[in-house]
Amino acid sequence: MEDIRLNTTVGSLRLKNPVLTASGTFGFGTEYEDFLDLNTLGGFIVKGTTAEKREGNPYPRLAETPSGMINAVGLQNKGVEYFCRNIYPQIKDKNENIIVNVSGSSIEDYCKVASMINDLEGIPAIELNISCPNVKKGGMGFGVNKDMAAEVVKEVRSVYKKHLIVKLTPNVTDIVEIARACEKAGADSLSLINTLLAMAVDAEKQKPLISTVTGGLSGPCVKPVALRCVWQVSHNVDIPVIGIGGIMNATDVVEFMLVGASAVEVGTANFVNPSVCREIIEGLSDYCDRHRLNSITELIGKI
Amino acid sequence: MKYQQDLMIEKKEFLNKNNFLLILKSRTSLPEILPGQFVNILVHDVADRLLRRPISIHDADYSSDTISVVVQKIGKATEKLSLVNEGEVLNVVFPLGNSFSVEEKRPLLVGGGVGTAPLYYLAKKYYERGIRPVVLIGARTKEQLFLIEKYSSIADVYISIEDGSAGEKGLVTDNSILQKEFSAILTCGPTPMMKAVNKEALKKNIPCYVSLENRMACGIGACLCCVSDTVNEGNVCVCTKGPVFDANDLKW
Ligand SMILES: Cc1cc2nc3c(=O)[nH]c(=O)nc-3n(C[C@H](O)[C@H](O)[C@H](O)COP(=O)(O)OP(=O)(O)OC[C@H]3O[C@@H](n4cnc5c(N)ncnc54)[C@H](O)[C@@H]3O)c2cc1C
Ligand SMILES: Cc1cc2nc3c(=O)[nH]c(=O)nc-3n(C[C@H](O)[C@H](O)[C@H](O)COP(=O)(O)O)c2cc1C
Ligand code: FES
Repeated sequence: MEDIRLNTTVGSLRLKNPVLTASGTFGFGTEYEDFLDLNTLGGFIVKGTTAEKREGNPYPRLAETPSGMINAVGLQNKGVEYFCRNIYPQIKDKNENIIVNVSGSSIEDYCKVASMINDLEGIPAIELNISCPNVKKGGMGFGVNKDMAAEVVKEVRSVYKKHLIVKLTPNVTDIVEIARACEKAGADSLSLINTLLAMAVDAEKQKPLISTVTGGLSGPCVKPVALRCVWQVSHNVDIPVIGIGGIMNATDVVEFMLVGASAVEVGTANFVNPSVCREIIEGLSDYCDRHRLNSITELIGKI
Repeated sequence: MKYQQDLMIEKKEFLNKNNFLLILKSRTSLPEILPGQFVNILVHDVADRLLRRPISIHDADYSSDTISVVVQKIGKATEKLSLVNEGEVLNVVFPLGNSFSVEEKRPLLVGGGVGTAPLYYLAKKYYERGIRPVVLIGARTKEQLFLIEKYSSIADVYISIEDGSAGEKGLVTDNSILQKEFSAILTCGPTPMMKAVNKEALKKNIPCYVSLENRMACGIGACLCCVSDTVNEGNVCVCTKGPVFDANDLKW
Protein backbone atom coordinates (compact mmCIF):
# COMPACT_ATOMS: atom_id res chain seq x y z
CA MET A 1 0.00 0.00 0.00
CA GLU A 2 2.46 2.57 -1.19
CA ASP A 3 1.28 6.16 -0.88
CA ILE A 4 2.45 7.70 -4.14
CA ARG A 5 2.12 11.19 -2.70
CA LEU A 6 5.27 10.37 -0.71
CA ASN A 7 7.41 9.53 -3.76
CA THR A 8 10.47 11.71 -4.06
CA THR A 9 13.78 11.70 -5.88
CA VAL A 10 17.36 12.47 -4.95
CA GLY A 11 19.02 12.97 -8.32
CA SER A 12 18.84 9.61 -10.08
CA LEU A 13 17.57 7.84 -6.96
CA ARG A 14 13.83 7.21 -6.87
CA LEU A 15 12.47 6.85 -3.37
CA LYS A 16 9.07 5.45 -2.33
CA ASN A 17 9.10 8.05 0.40
CA PRO A 18 11.65 10.49 1.81
CA VAL A 19 12.53 8.33 4.83
CA LEU A 20 15.97 6.76 4.81
CA THR A 21 17.87 5.56 7.88
CA ALA A 22 21.19 7.06 8.94
CA SER A 23 24.46 5.19 8.85
CA GLY A 24 25.63 3.67 12.12
CA THR A 25 22.17 3.72 13.62
CA PHE A 26 20.53 0.99 11.59
CA GLY A 27 23.16 -1.75 11.49
CA PHE A 28 22.81 -3.62 8.20
CA GLY A 29 19.04 -3.28 8.32
CA THR A 30 18.46 -6.88 9.35
CA GLU A 31 18.68 -5.91 13.03
CA TYR A 32 15.37 -4.08 12.54
CA GLU A 33 13.49 -6.69 10.53
CA ASP A 34 11.50 -7.88 13.53
CA PHE A 35 10.12 -4.37 13.93
CA LEU A 36 9.48 -3.12 10.43
CA ASP A 37 9.38 -4.21 6.80
CA LEU A 38 12.62 -2.89 5.32
CA ASN A 39 11.01 -2.59 1.92
CA THR A 40 8.62 0.10 3.15
CA LEU A 41 11.53 2.51 3.72
CA GLY A 42 12.64 5.03 1.13
CA GLY A 43 15.98 3.33 1.58
CA PHE A 44 18.54 2.50 4.23
CA ILE A 45 22.17 3.35 4.73
CA VAL A 46 24.35 0.68 6.24
CA LYS A 47 27.22 1.04 8.70
CA GLY A 48 30.34 3.00 7.92
CA THR A 49 32.54 0.67 5.87
CA THR A 50 36.32 1.01 5.59
CA ALA A 51 39.00 -0.63 3.45
CA GLU A 52 40.27 -2.77 6.32
CA LYS A 53 38.62 -4.24 9.41
CA ARG A 54 38.46 -1.83 12.36
CA GLU A 55 38.05 -2.61 16.04
CA GLY A 56 36.68 0.83 16.89
CA ASN A 57 37.26 2.63 20.19
CA PRO A 58 37.38 1.09 23.66
CA TYR A 59 34.32 1.01 25.93
CA PRO A 60 32.66 3.24 27.15
CA ARG A 61 31.50 4.59 23.81
CA LEU A 62 28.23 6.13 24.85
CA ALA A 63 27.04 8.93 27.09
CA GLU A 64 23.51 10.20 27.40
CA THR A 65 23.19 13.97 27.35
CA PRO A 66 20.16 16.27 27.48
CA SER A 67 17.86 15.18 24.62
CA GLY A 68 20.67 13.37 22.90
CA MET A 69 23.65 11.08 23.13
CA ILE A 70 27.36 11.18 22.43
CA ASN A 71 28.93 8.19 20.71
CA ALA A 72 32.50 7.21 20.03
CA VAL A 73 32.02 3.92 18.23
CA GLY A 74 34.96 4.74 15.96
CA LEU A 75 33.82 3.01 12.76
CA GLN A 76 34.01 -0.54 14.07
CA ASN A 77 33.38 -2.73 11.01
CA LYS A 78 34.73 -5.84 9.33
CA GLY A 79 36.00 -4.11 6.21
CA VAL A 80 34.69 -3.78 2.66
CA GLU A 81 35.65 -7.27 1.53
CA TYR A 82 33.67 -8.85 4.34
CA PHE A 83 30.73 -6.61 3.46
CA CYS A 84 30.78 -7.59 -0.21
CA ARG A 85 31.16 -11.29 0.50
CA ASN A 86 29.05 -11.87 3.59
CA ILE A 87 26.61 -9.02 4.16
CA TYR A 88 25.64 -7.87 0.69
CA PRO A 89 24.20 -11.23 -0.47
CA GLN A 90 21.97 -11.30 2.62
CA ILE A 91 20.54 -7.81 2.25
CA LYS A 92 20.62 -6.97 -1.47
CA ASP A 93 16.94 -7.68 -2.11
CA LYS A 94 15.55 -6.00 0.99
CA ASN A 95 15.12 -2.54 -0.57
CA GLU A 96 15.90 -0.90 -3.90
CA ASN A 97 17.88 1.87 -2.20
CA ILE A 98 20.47 0.21 -0.01
CA ILE A 99 23.30 2.68 0.31
CA VAL A 100 26.77 2.04 1.73
CA ASN A 101 28.39 4.66 3.93
CA VAL A 102 32.04 4.82 2.89
CA SER A 103 34.67 5.91 5.40
CA GLY A 104 38.45 5.99 5.39
CA SER A 105 41.62 7.55 6.67
CA SER A 106 43.29 8.16 3.31
CA ILE A 107 42.11 8.91 -0.22
CA GLU A 108 43.35 5.47 -1.34
CA ASP A 109 41.16 3.82 1.31
CA TYR A 110 38.08 5.72 0.19
CA CYS A 111 38.73 4.83 -3.44
CA LYS A 112 39.27 1.16 -2.68
CA VAL A 113 35.94 0.91 -0.87
CA ALA A 114 34.08 2.99 -3.46
CA SER A 115 35.32 0.96 -6.40
CA MET A 116 34.46 -2.34 -4.73
CA ILE A 117 30.96 -1.12 -3.93
CA ASN A 118 30.64 0.14 -7.49
CA ASP A 119 30.62 -3.47 -8.64
CA LEU A 120 27.64 -4.43 -6.49
CA GLU A 121 24.57 -4.31 -8.68
CA GLY A 122 22.09 -3.93 -5.84
CA ILE A 123 23.71 -0.81 -4.38
CA PRO A 124 22.64 2.29 -6.35
CA ALA A 125 24.63 4.84 -4.33
CA ILE A 126 27.32 5.41 -1.77
CA GLU A 127 27.39 8.02 0.95
CA LEU A 128 30.89 9.37 1.39
CA ASN A 129 31.52 10.09 5.06
CA ILE A 130 34.13 12.85 4.89
CA SER A 131 34.00 13.55 8.64
CA CYS A 132 36.83 11.07 9.17
CA PRO A 133 40.34 12.19 10.10
CA ASN A 134 42.95 12.13 7.35
CA VAL A 135 45.88 10.27 8.92
CA LYS A 136 48.28 11.57 6.29
CA LYS A 137 47.37 15.15 7.12
CA GLY A 138 47.87 14.90 10.86
CA GLY A 139 44.39 13.61 11.55
CA MET A 140 42.57 16.69 10.33
CA GLY A 141 39.11 15.79 9.10
CA PHE A 142 38.69 15.64 5.32
CA GLY A 143 35.39 17.42 5.67
CA VAL A 144 36.62 20.48 7.55
CA ASN A 145 38.74 21.88 4.75
CA LYS A 146 37.33 22.71 1.32
CA ASP A 147 40.43 21.66 -0.60
CA MET A 148 40.75 18.32 1.19
CA ALA A 149 37.01 17.71 0.80
CA ALA A 150 37.15 18.52 -2.91
CA GLU A 151 40.17 16.27 -3.42
CA VAL A 152 38.61 13.19 -1.84
CA VAL A 153 35.32 13.74 -3.67
CA LYS A 154 37.12 14.18 -7.00
CA GLU A 155 39.20 11.02 -6.57
CA VAL A 156 36.23 8.93 -5.50
CA ARG A 157 34.18 10.38 -8.34
CA SER A 158 36.75 9.06 -10.80
CA VAL A 159 36.32 5.46 -9.60
CA TYR A 160 32.62 5.47 -8.66
CA LYS A 161 30.09 5.56 -11.46
CA LYS A 162 26.73 5.58 -9.66
CA HIS A 163 25.02 8.14 -7.43
CA LEU A 164 27.55 9.77 -5.10
CA ILE A 165 26.20 11.32 -1.90
CA VAL A 166 28.69 13.32 0.15
CA LYS A 167 27.91 13.55 3.86
CA LEU A 168 28.96 16.80 5.47
CA THR A 169 30.13 17.51 8.98
CA PRO A 170 28.69 20.50 10.86
CA ASN A 171 31.98 21.04 12.71
CA VAL A 172 33.15 23.75 10.31
CA THR A 173 33.17 27.52 10.12
CA ASP A 174 31.36 27.75 6.80
CA ILE A 175 29.41 24.68 5.72
CA VAL A 176 28.31 26.35 2.47
CA GLU A 177 31.89 26.69 1.30
CA ILE A 178 32.52 22.96 1.83
CA ALA A 179 29.19 22.07 0.20
CA ARG A 180 30.03 24.07 -2.91
CA ALA A 181 33.49 22.51 -3.11
CA CYS A 182 31.95 19.01 -3.00
CA GLU A 183 29.37 19.91 -5.64
CA LYS A 184 32.07 21.22 -7.92
CA ALA A 185 34.20 18.09 -7.37
CA GLY A 186 31.41 15.88 -8.63
CA ALA A 187 28.99 15.04 -5.81
CA ASP A 188 25.48 14.10 -7.02
CA SER A 189 23.87 15.05 -3.73
CA LEU A 190 24.77 16.10 -0.20
CA SER A 191 23.60 14.67 3.10
CA LEU A 192 23.89 16.58 6.36
CA ILE A 193 24.58 16.70 9.18
CA ASN A 194 26.93 14.20 10.69
CA THR A 195 27.34 14.34 14.50
CA LEU A 196 28.53 17.44 16.34
CA LEU A 197 31.84 17.18 18.17
CA ALA A 198 30.98 17.12 21.87
CA MET A 199 31.94 15.83 25.30
CA ALA A 200 30.37 14.76 28.58
CA VAL A 201 31.89 14.72 32.05
CA ASP A 202 31.20 12.65 35.16
CA ALA A 203 31.37 15.21 37.96
CA GLU A 204 31.49 12.60 40.74
CA LYS A 205 34.36 10.59 39.26
CA GLN A 206 35.89 13.77 37.79
CA LYS A 207 36.49 12.00 34.49
CA PRO A 208 35.18 12.08 30.90
CA LEU A 209 32.22 9.76 30.33
CA ILE A 210 33.58 8.20 27.13
CA SER A 211 36.94 6.58 26.48
CA THR A 212 37.98 8.98 23.73
CA VAL A 213 37.04 12.08 25.76
CA THR A 214 35.23 13.66 22.80
CA GLY A 215 32.61 12.05 20.57
CA GLY A 216 29.71 12.78 18.26
CA LEU A 217 26.48 14.31 19.50
CA SER A 218 23.20 13.19 17.94
CA GLY A 219 19.50 13.15 18.71
CA PRO A 220 16.81 15.83 19.00
CA CYS A 221 19.23 18.29 20.62
CA VAL A 222 21.05 18.74 17.29
CA LYS A 223 17.94 19.34 15.18
CA PRO A 224 18.04 23.17 15.25
CA VAL A 225 21.67 23.14 14.11
CA ALA A 226 20.86 20.60 11.41
CA LEU A 227 17.90 22.61 10.11
CA ARG A 228 20.08 25.69 9.88
CA CYS A 229 22.78 23.79 7.96
CA VAL A 230 20.30 22.24 5.54
CA TRP A 231 18.66 25.61 4.93
CA GLN A 232 22.00 27.32 4.27
CA VAL A 233 23.35 24.58 2.01
CA SER A 234 20.20 23.82 0.01
CA HIS A 235 19.86 27.44 -1.03
CA ASN A 236 23.44 27.62 -2.20
CA VAL A 237 23.93 24.47 -4.27
CA ASP A 238 22.13 23.05 -7.30
CA ILE A 239 22.26 19.38 -6.24
CA PRO A 240 19.69 17.75 -3.93
CA VAL A 241 20.18 17.73 -0.17
CA ILE A 242 19.29 14.97 2.31
CA GLY A 243 18.49 16.28 5.80
CA ILE A 244 19.78 14.50 8.91
CA GLY A 245 19.83 15.36 12.60
CA GLY A 246 17.47 14.67 15.46
CA ILE A 247 14.48 13.54 13.45
CA MET A 248 11.99 11.83 15.78
CA ASN A 249 8.66 12.10 13.93
CA ALA A 250 6.87 13.13 10.74
CA THR A 251 6.70 16.78 11.77
CA ASP A 252 10.49 16.89 11.94
CA VAL A 253 10.68 15.46 8.42
CA VAL A 254 8.32 18.14 7.15
CA GLU A 255 10.52 20.81 8.75
CA PHE A 256 13.61 19.47 6.99
CA MET A 257 11.81 19.37 3.65
CA LEU A 258 10.53 22.91 4.09
CA VAL A 259 14.09 24.17 4.53
CA GLY A 260 15.22 22.39 1.40
CA ALA A 261 15.73 18.66 1.94
CA SER A 262 14.53 16.29 -0.80
CA ALA A 263 14.72 13.34 1.61
CA VAL A 264 15.86 12.68 5.17
CA GLU A 265 17.75 10.17 7.26
CA VAL A 266 16.52 9.02 10.66
CA GLY A 267 19.28 8.10 13.13
CA THR A 268 19.18 8.05 16.91
CA ALA A 269 15.37 7.78 16.92
CA ASN A 270 15.74 4.16 15.75
CA PHE A 271 17.33 3.30 19.12
CA VAL A 272 14.46 4.81 21.07
CA ASN A 273 11.77 3.26 18.92
CA PRO A 274 12.83 0.53 16.49
CA SER A 275 9.61 0.95 14.48
CA VAL A 276 9.81 4.75 14.36
CA CYS A 277 10.32 4.88 10.57
CA ARG A 278 6.99 3.13 10.00
CA GLU A 279 5.30 5.69 12.24
CA ILE A 280 7.05 8.54 10.45
CA ILE A 281 5.93 7.31 7.02
CA GLU A 282 2.35 6.98 8.26
CA GLY A 283 2.60 10.45 9.75
CA LEU A 284 3.71 11.89 6.41
CA SER A 285 0.63 10.44 4.68
CA ASP A 286 -1.47 12.01 7.38
CA TYR A 287 0.28 15.35 6.81
CA CYS A 288 -0.48 15.11 3.08
CA ASP A 289 -4.15 14.51 3.96
CA ARG A 290 -4.33 17.45 6.31
CA HIS A 291 -2.55 19.85 3.98
CA ARG A 292 -4.14 18.49 0.80
CA LEU A 293 -0.79 17.78 -0.83
CA ASN A 294 -0.65 15.80 -4.06
CA SER A 295 3.05 15.33 -3.56
CA ILE A 296 5.26 15.68 -0.52
CA THR A 297 7.83 17.26 -2.85
CA GLU A 298 5.69 20.42 -2.86
CA LEU A 299 7.24 21.12 0.54
CA ILE A 300 10.86 21.14 -0.61
CA GLY A 301 12.55 24.48 -0.03
CA LYS A 302 9.40 26.49 0.73
CA ILE A 303 11.35 28.29 3.42
CA MET B 1 12.26 -13.02 17.04
CA LYS B 2 12.15 -9.83 19.06
CA TYR B 3 8.99 -7.97 19.93
CA GLN B 4 8.06 -4.38 20.63
CA GLN B 5 4.88 -4.27 22.67
CA ASP B 6 2.93 -2.18 25.12
CA LEU B 7 2.93 -4.32 28.25
CA MET B 8 0.42 -3.59 31.00
CA ILE B 9 1.72 -3.06 34.50
CA GLU B 10 -0.20 -5.68 36.38
CA LYS B 11 1.59 -5.17 39.66
CA LYS B 12 4.14 -2.85 41.21
CA GLU B 13 5.59 -3.71 44.60
CA PHE B 14 8.43 -2.20 46.59
CA LEU B 15 10.71 -4.95 47.86
CA ASN B 16 12.80 -2.60 49.99
CA LYS B 17 13.72 1.07 49.96
CA ASN B 18 15.41 1.05 46.55
CA ASN B 19 14.20 -2.03 44.69
CA PHE B 20 10.79 -2.61 43.19
CA LEU B 21 9.16 -5.43 41.29
CA LEU B 22 7.07 -4.87 38.16
CA ILE B 23 4.87 -7.57 36.70
CA LEU B 24 4.21 -6.79 33.03
CA LYS B 25 1.43 -8.50 31.12
CA SER B 26 1.34 -9.13 27.40
CA ARG B 27 -1.93 -9.24 25.48
CA THR B 28 -0.54 -12.03 23.31
CA SER B 29 1.28 -15.28 24.11
CA LEU B 30 4.77 -14.73 25.43
CA PRO B 31 7.58 -15.86 23.16
CA GLU B 32 10.12 -18.23 24.69
CA ILE B 33 12.10 -16.41 27.36
CA LEU B 34 15.54 -17.71 28.31
CA PRO B 35 17.22 -17.13 31.68
CA GLY B 36 19.66 -14.22 31.52
CA GLN B 37 17.77 -12.35 28.80
CA PHE B 38 16.66 -8.77 29.26
CA VAL B 39 14.02 -6.29 28.16
CA ASN B 40 14.51 -2.71 26.98
CA ILE B 41 11.95 -0.39 28.54
CA LEU B 42 10.92 3.02 27.27
CA VAL B 43 10.33 5.27 30.26
CA HIS B 44 8.19 8.21 29.28
CA ASP B 45 8.59 11.82 30.27
CA VAL B 46 11.98 11.56 31.94
CA ALA B 47 13.33 15.08 31.75
CA ASP B 48 15.53 15.21 28.62
CA ARG B 49 16.36 11.45 28.69
CA LEU B 50 15.91 9.62 25.45
CA LEU B 51 17.14 6.06 25.50
CA ARG B 52 15.42 2.91 26.70
CA ARG B 53 16.52 1.20 29.90
CA PRO B 54 17.81 -2.37 29.74
CA ILE B 55 16.52 -4.48 32.63
CA SER B 56 17.04 -8.22 33.21
CA ILE B 57 14.11 -10.60 33.25
CA HIS B 58 13.49 -11.74 36.82
CA ASP B 59 10.73 -14.20 35.97
CA ALA B 60 8.45 -15.16 33.10
CA ASP B 61 5.18 -17.01 33.37
CA TYR B 62 3.64 -18.45 30.23
CA SER B 63 0.30 -19.27 31.85
CA SER B 64 -0.38 -15.61 32.66
CA ASP B 65 1.78 -14.17 29.84
CA THR B 66 3.68 -12.04 32.32
CA ILE B 67 7.30 -10.96 32.62
CA SER B 68 8.65 -9.69 35.94
CA VAL B 69 11.55 -7.37 36.49
CA VAL B 70 13.24 -6.01 39.61
CA VAL B 71 14.51 -2.46 39.27
CA GLN B 72 16.89 -0.49 41.44
CA LYS B 73 16.24 3.23 41.77
CA ILE B 74 19.57 4.73 40.82
CA GLY B 75 18.95 7.66 38.49
CA LYS B 76 16.43 9.62 36.49
CA ALA B 77 14.70 6.90 34.48
CA THR B 78 14.55 4.27 37.21
CA GLU B 79 13.25 6.90 39.63
CA LYS B 80 10.49 7.75 37.13
CA LEU B 81 9.79 4.08 36.60
CA SER B 82 9.24 3.65 40.32
CA LEU B 83 6.34 6.10 40.04
CA VAL B 84 4.33 4.23 37.38
CA ASN B 85 0.85 3.04 38.32
CA GLU B 86 -0.66 -0.40 37.96
CA GLY B 87 -2.87 -0.48 34.87
CA GLU B 88 -0.60 1.79 32.85
CA VAL B 89 1.41 0.44 29.93
CA LEU B 90 5.13 0.46 29.18
CA ASN B 91 6.57 0.07 25.71
CA VAL B 92 9.03 -2.81 25.90
CA VAL B 93 11.39 -4.44 23.40
CA PHE B 94 12.01 -8.09 24.32
CA PRO B 95 13.42 -10.68 24.73
CA LEU B 96 16.99 -9.53 24.15
CA GLY B 97 20.41 -11.09 24.52
CA ASN B 98 21.73 -14.62 24.98
CA SER B 99 21.24 -16.74 28.07
CA PHE B 100 22.80 -18.68 30.92
CA SER B 101 23.35 -22.39 30.45
CA VAL B 102 20.78 -24.64 32.11
CA GLU B 103 22.90 -27.72 31.44
CA GLU B 104 25.17 -27.59 34.50
CA LYS B 105 25.03 -30.60 36.82
CA ARG B 106 25.84 -28.72 40.02
CA PRO B 107 25.58 -25.00 39.42
CA LEU B 108 26.38 -22.28 41.91
CA LEU B 109 24.43 -19.09 41.25
CA VAL B 110 25.96 -15.95 42.77
CA GLY B 111 24.07 -12.66 42.85
CA GLY B 112 25.02 -9.26 44.18
CA GLY B 113 22.57 -6.43 44.73
CA VAL B 114 19.95 -6.07 42.02
CA GLY B 115 22.01 -8.57 40.01
CA THR B 116 20.33 -11.22 42.11
CA ALA B 117 17.08 -10.57 40.22
CA PRO B 118 17.73 -12.53 37.00
CA LEU B 119 19.00 -15.52 38.98
CA TYR B 120 15.44 -16.34 40.06
CA TYR B 121 14.33 -17.33 36.56
CA LEU B 122 17.59 -19.20 36.09
CA ALA B 123 17.12 -21.08 39.38
CA LYS B 124 13.55 -21.87 38.35
CA LYS B 125 14.75 -23.40 35.07
CA TYR B 126 17.15 -25.65 36.99
CA TYR B 127 14.46 -26.54 39.50
CA GLU B 128 12.11 -27.51 36.65
CA ARG B 129 14.83 -29.82 35.34
CA GLY B 130 15.07 -31.55 38.70
CA ILE B 131 18.18 -29.78 39.96
CA ARG B 132 17.81 -27.72 43.11
CA PRO B 133 20.55 -25.11 42.60
CA VAL B 134 22.59 -23.33 45.24
CA VAL B 135 22.06 -19.57 45.21
CA LEU B 136 24.55 -17.36 47.02
CA ILE B 137 23.37 -13.80 47.56
CA GLY B 138 25.53 -10.89 48.60
CA ALA B 139 24.47 -7.51 49.94
CA ARG B 140 25.93 -4.70 51.98
CA THR B 141 23.19 -4.69 54.60
CA LYS B 142 20.28 -6.94 55.52
CA GLU B 143 17.83 -4.27 54.31
CA GLN B 144 19.07 -4.63 50.73
CA LEU B 145 18.01 -8.28 50.43
CA PHE B 146 14.79 -9.07 48.60
CA LEU B 147 12.55 -12.05 47.85
CA ILE B 148 14.68 -14.49 49.88
CA GLU B 149 11.70 -16.72 50.64
CA LYS B 150 10.79 -16.90 46.98
CA TYR B 151 14.31 -18.04 46.10
CA SER B 152 14.34 -20.51 49.00
CA SER B 153 11.30 -22.30 47.59
CA ILE B 154 13.30 -23.53 44.58
CA ALA B 155 16.94 -23.26 45.68
CA ASP B 156 19.28 -23.66 48.63
CA VAL B 157 19.98 -20.06 49.57
CA TYR B 158 23.16 -18.81 51.24
CA ILE B 159 23.69 -15.21 52.22
CA SER B 160 26.72 -13.00 52.77
CA ILE B 161 26.20 -9.59 54.33
CA GLU B 162 29.13 -7.21 54.61
CA ASP B 163 28.11 -5.90 58.05
CA GLY B 164 27.09 -9.33 59.35
CA SER B 165 23.49 -8.32 60.04
CA ALA B 166 22.27 -11.58 58.46
CA GLY B 167 23.73 -14.73 56.94
CA GLU B 168 27.50 -14.92 57.06
CA LYS B 169 29.53 -11.77 57.64
CA GLY B 170 31.66 -10.67 54.70
CA LEU B 171 31.68 -10.84 50.93
CA VAL B 172 30.22 -13.61 48.79
CA THR B 173 33.74 -14.84 48.15
CA ASP B 174 34.15 -15.37 51.92
CA ASN B 175 31.05 -17.60 52.14
CA SER B 176 31.65 -21.14 53.41
CA ILE B 177 29.46 -22.63 50.67
CA LEU B 178 32.34 -21.99 48.27
CA GLN B 179 34.16 -24.88 49.97
CA LYS B 180 31.70 -27.26 48.35
CA GLU B 181 32.09 -28.71 44.88
CA PHE B 182 30.32 -27.21 41.89
CA SER B 183 30.42 -27.79 38.15
CA ALA B 184 30.18 -24.08 37.26
CA ILE B 185 29.49 -20.64 38.68
CA LEU B 186 26.84 -18.42 37.09
CA THR B 187 26.90 -14.87 38.37
CA CYS B 188 25.31 -11.46 38.01
CA GLY B 189 26.13 -8.37 40.04
CA PRO B 190 28.62 -5.53 40.30
CA THR B 191 31.73 -6.06 38.15
CA PRO B 192 34.21 -6.17 41.08
CA MET B 193 32.11 -8.90 42.68
CA MET B 194 31.95 -10.91 39.46
CA LYS B 195 35.72 -10.58 39.03
CA ALA B 196 36.29 -11.86 42.55
CA VAL B 197 33.86 -14.71 41.96
CA ASN B 198 35.71 -15.60 38.77
CA LYS B 199 38.94 -15.89 40.79
CA GLU B 200 37.24 -18.47 43.00
CA ALA B 201 36.10 -20.35 39.88
CA LEU B 202 39.65 -20.33 38.54
CA LYS B 203 40.92 -21.75 41.84
CA LYS B 204 38.35 -24.51 41.58
CA ASN B 205 39.13 -24.97 37.91
CA ILE B 206 35.48 -24.66 36.89
CA PRO B 207 33.86 -22.33 34.33
CA CYS B 208 32.40 -19.02 35.41
CA TYR B 209 29.65 -17.31 33.42
CA VAL B 210 29.08 -13.62 34.09
CA SER B 211 26.29 -11.26 33.04
CA LEU B 212 27.48 -7.80 31.99
CA GLU B 213 25.59 -4.51 32.27
CA ASN B 214 27.30 -2.33 29.67
CA ARG B 215 25.72 0.94 28.64
CA MET B 216 23.39 0.42 25.73
CA ALA B 217 21.67 2.59 23.17
CA CYS B 218 19.73 0.20 20.92
CA GLY B 219 19.85 -3.18 22.67
CA ILE B 220 19.54 -5.00 19.32
CA GLY B 221 23.06 -4.98 17.89
CA ALA B 222 22.69 -1.94 15.63
CA CYS B 223 24.74 0.82 17.27
CA LEU B 224 27.87 -0.97 18.55
CA CYS B 225 27.91 1.19 21.68
CA CYS B 226 27.77 -1.65 24.21
CA VAL B 227 30.90 -3.62 23.32
CA SER B 228 33.24 -5.58 25.56
CA ASP B 229 36.69 -6.65 24.48
CA THR B 230 37.10 -10.39 24.12
CA VAL B 231 40.10 -12.69 23.77
CA ASN B 232 39.14 -14.23 20.42
CA GLU B 233 36.75 -11.86 18.71
CA GLY B 234 37.84 -8.37 19.76
CA ASN B 235 34.99 -5.98 20.55
CA VAL B 236 31.65 -7.75 20.61
CA CYS B 237 28.17 -6.40 21.41
CA VAL B 238 27.03 -7.22 24.90
CA CYS B 239 23.39 -6.81 23.83
CA THR B 240 23.50 -9.59 21.24
CA LYS B 241 26.55 -11.77 21.99
CA GLY B 242 25.93 -11.31 25.71
CA PRO B 243 24.97 -10.22 28.27
CA VAL B 244 26.22 -13.62 29.47
CA PHE B 245 29.87 -14.44 28.76
CA ASP B 246 32.32 -17.11 29.80
CA ALA B 247 34.59 -15.01 32.03
CA ASN B 248 37.65 -16.54 30.36
CA ASP B 249 36.61 -15.07 27.01
CA LEU B 250 36.59 -11.52 28.38
CA LYS B 251 39.50 -9.12 28.58
CA TRP B 252 38.45 -7.39 31.79
C1 LIG C 1 21.70 -6.15 30.23
C2 LIG C 1 21.40 -5.25 31.40
C3 LIG C 1 20.58 -5.71 32.41
C4 LIG C 1 20.25 -4.88 33.49
N1 LIG C 1 19.42 -5.37 34.45
C5 LIG C 1 19.01 -4.57 35.44
C6 LIG C 1 18.05 -5.02 36.40
O1 LIG C 1 17.55 -6.16 36.34
N2 LIG C 1 17.67 -4.17 37.36
C7 LIG C 1 18.18 -2.89 37.45
O2 LIG C 1 17.75 -2.16 38.34
N3 LIG C 1 19.11 -2.45 36.59
C8 LIG C 1 19.53 -3.25 35.57
N4 LIG C 1 20.45 -2.78 34.65
C9 LIG C 1 21.02 -1.43 34.83
C10 LIG C 1 20.02 -0.37 34.38
O3 LIG C 1 19.82 -0.46 32.99
C11 LIG C 1 20.52 1.03 34.75
O4 LIG C 1 20.65 1.12 36.14
C12 LIG C 1 19.55 2.08 34.30
O5 LIG C 1 19.58 2.20 32.89
C13 LIG C 1 19.86 3.42 34.92
O6 LIG C 1 18.97 4.39 34.39
P1 LIG C 1 18.68 5.75 35.18
O7 LIG C 1 18.15 6.75 34.18
O8 LIG C 1 17.84 5.49 36.36
O9 LIG C 1 20.11 6.17 35.66
P2 LIG C 1 20.99 7.36 35.09
O10 LIG C 1 20.42 8.65 35.59
O11 LIG C 1 21.17 7.17 33.62
O12 LIG C 1 22.35 7.01 35.79
C14 LIG C 1 22.50 6.93 37.19
C15 LIG C 1 23.90 6.51 37.49
O13 LIG C 1 24.14 5.17 37.04
C16 LIG C 1 25.17 5.14 36.07
N5 LIG C 1 24.78 4.18 35.05
C17 LIG C 1 23.62 4.16 34.35
N6 LIG C 1 23.56 3.10 33.52
C18 LIG C 1 24.71 2.43 33.71
C19 LIG C 1 25.26 1.24 33.15
N7 LIG C 1 24.61 0.51 32.25
N8 LIG C 1 26.46 0.87 33.57
C20 LIG C 1 27.15 1.57 34.48
N9 LIG C 1 26.67 2.69 35.06
C21 LIG C 1 25.49 3.10 34.69
C22 LIG C 1 25.27 6.54 35.53
O14 LIG C 1 26.55 6.88 35.05
C23 LIG C 1 24.93 7.37 36.77
O15 LIG C 1 26.02 7.52 37.61
C24 LIG C 1 20.79 -3.57 33.57
C25 LIG C 1 21.64 -3.11 32.56
C26 LIG C 1 21.94 -3.93 31.48
C27 LIG C 1 22.81 -3.40 30.39
C1 LIG D 1 26.04 5.23 17.23
C2 LIG D 1 26.18 6.06 15.99
C3 LIG D 1 27.04 5.65 14.96
C4 LIG D 1 27.20 6.40 13.80
N1 LIG D 1 28.03 5.94 12.80
C5 LIG D 1 28.15 6.67 11.65
C6 LIG D 1 28.95 6.19 10.55
O1 LIG D 1 29.52 5.11 10.61
N2 LIG D 1 29.06 6.98 9.44
C7 LIG D 1 28.41 8.19 9.34
O2 LIG D 1 28.52 8.85 8.30
N3 LIG D 1 27.64 8.64 10.34
C8 LIG D 1 27.48 7.92 11.48
N4 LIG D 1 26.67 8.40 12.50
C9 LIG D 1 25.98 9.68 12.34
C10 LIG D 1 24.53 9.49 11.92
O3 LIG D 1 24.44 8.81 10.70
C11 LIG D 1 23.78 10.83 11.84
O4 LIG D 1 24.43 11.65 10.90
C12 LIG D 1 23.75 11.55 13.18
O5 LIG D 1 23.55 10.64 14.22
C13 LIG D 1 22.69 12.65 13.26
O6 LIG D 1 21.38 12.11 13.11
P1 LIG D 1 20.41 11.74 14.35
O7 LIG D 1 20.40 12.92 15.25
O8 LIG D 1 19.08 11.45 13.72
O9 LIG D 1 21.01 10.55 14.99
C14 LIG D 1 26.50 7.63 13.67
C15 LIG D 1 25.65 8.05 14.70
C16 LIG D 1 25.47 7.30 15.84
C17 LIG D 1 24.54 7.78 16.91
S1 FES E 1 23.31 -1.48 22.50
FE1 FES E 1 23.40 -1.04 20.40
S2 FES E 1 24.69 -2.62 19.73
FE2 FES E 1 24.37 -3.17 21.77
